[in-house]
Amino acid sequence: MTIISSDIIDGEVKRIWKLLGEINDPEVPVLSIVDLGIVRAVQITPGITDEFNKPLIKGVVRITPTYSGCPAMDMIRMNINMALLEEGFKNISIETVLSPAWTTGWMSEHGKEKLKSYGIAPPNPKQQVCDTRLFQEEEAIQCPRCRSYHTQMISQFGSTACKALYRCLDCQEPFDYFKCH
Amino acid sequence: MSSYSQAVSLLLHLADNALILGHRNSEWTGHGPVLEQDIAISNIALDLVGQSRNFYQYAAEKINSENPEYKMTEDGLAYFRDAWDFKNCLLVEQTNGDWAKTILRQFLFSNHQYLLYDALMSSKDEQIAAISEKSLKETTYHLRWSSEWVIRLGDGTEESHDRMLNAIADLWKFTGEFFIATNYELAVKKNAIGIDPSALKARWQEKLESVFTEATLPIPAQDAPMLTKASGKTGAHTEALGFILSEMQFLQRAYPGGMW
Repeated sequence: MTIISSDIIDGEVKRIWKLLGEINDPEVPVLSIVDLGIVRAVQITPGITDEFNKPLIKGVVRITPTYSGCPAMDMIRMNINMALLEEGFKNISIETVLSPAWTTGWMSEHGKEKLKSYGIAPPNPKQQVCDTRLFQEEEAIQCPRCRSYHTQMISQFGSTACKALYRCLDCQEPFDYFKCH
Repeated sequence: MSSYSQAVSLLLHLADNALILGHRNSEWTGHGPVLEQDIAISNIALDLVGQSRNFYQYAAEKINSENPEYKMTEDGLAYFRDAWDFKNCLLVEQTNGDWAKTILRQFLFSNHQYLLYDALMSSKDEQIAAISEKSLKETTYHLRWSSEWVIRLGDGTEESHDRMLNAIADLWKFTGEFFIATNYELAVKKNAIGIDPSALKARWQEKLESVFTEATLPIPAQDAPMLTKASGKTGAHTEALGFILSEMQFLQRAYPGGMW
């Protein structure tokens, strides 16, 4: 029986991560699902061969939703499937995991930069408003257009589950803030 | 339904609470008092329906493993059960009424759901713990939003204050049910899968009193009329649920298994 070497496995795992890094979130198309932090693991089972005794790449991609009701999850799952199939990965399953729960802390710095240039204020590095105390506002949310910190929350709930609605008190433009979670 | 285990009953109770309140809230979509709050209540609806899907999917998995001849799905549980099979609390099925009633219903329920998920994060059942951990983050937002609105309306104008008083008169009696344990809740508490909901009452009351006080709203008296049985949780519902189901289940009943 042929044993797949760990080098091959590492190489394939890297290839899959790279593929996943090219799949964008359907609702925030400037971010890849890897930037967003929803890909939790890529695993390939070592030592499996097919009926011709050739190495078989079999494994699992684990993803986690940003919010329970995120309507993009089905599409993300489909896009992962398509991307894997296009590259010849026929035996990689996709599993959804809920714990530990997704947090904006998992968003990459690269992703935060991309968000900002897209016009969405990225989550603050320090989580400020994540408990039940009332009438809190996050400090220093920067307007992604004029860079002013003179901004105000309009609503904790925005155009998608993961965003809050803000306005800039200097340039007067409303903008989305990727809220801490 | 009697062939299902007690753990499945707990899962259906949690799922039905979330689905029915999510559906009620979704009735506001496109009809909210202002655009931002229309979006907020629709977001809360989406969170709740998402939470219900996680519980239904897990319930279906358990049902199928307990009954190998079954092929239950999340849609099967949401769309093909009748009112007496639903285990949601009566509060969540009550009609939307005005904005004050919707807000108060959300606050009374989120205050409970927050404590419930917080406690269920320690469930011995890993999937129940995981769904609760995930959902708690969302419910934190719902509780904060609805608390702030209770205060804004209660301590607002004479009109908004009066509407909150009417909402309390309409809804208070349903809150007793949260804390009355059903047989299935007590059964799953034994193996540390679930909890006894009566243990949540003191903290629920404490939060309620702090928000009502700030909202200048009267705290209902101990002897105010109150539901004293676990009614909705055991399948005995108000007429409101039937109307929700007839609308929500119509498509799947007319075209079973329809997909798009």
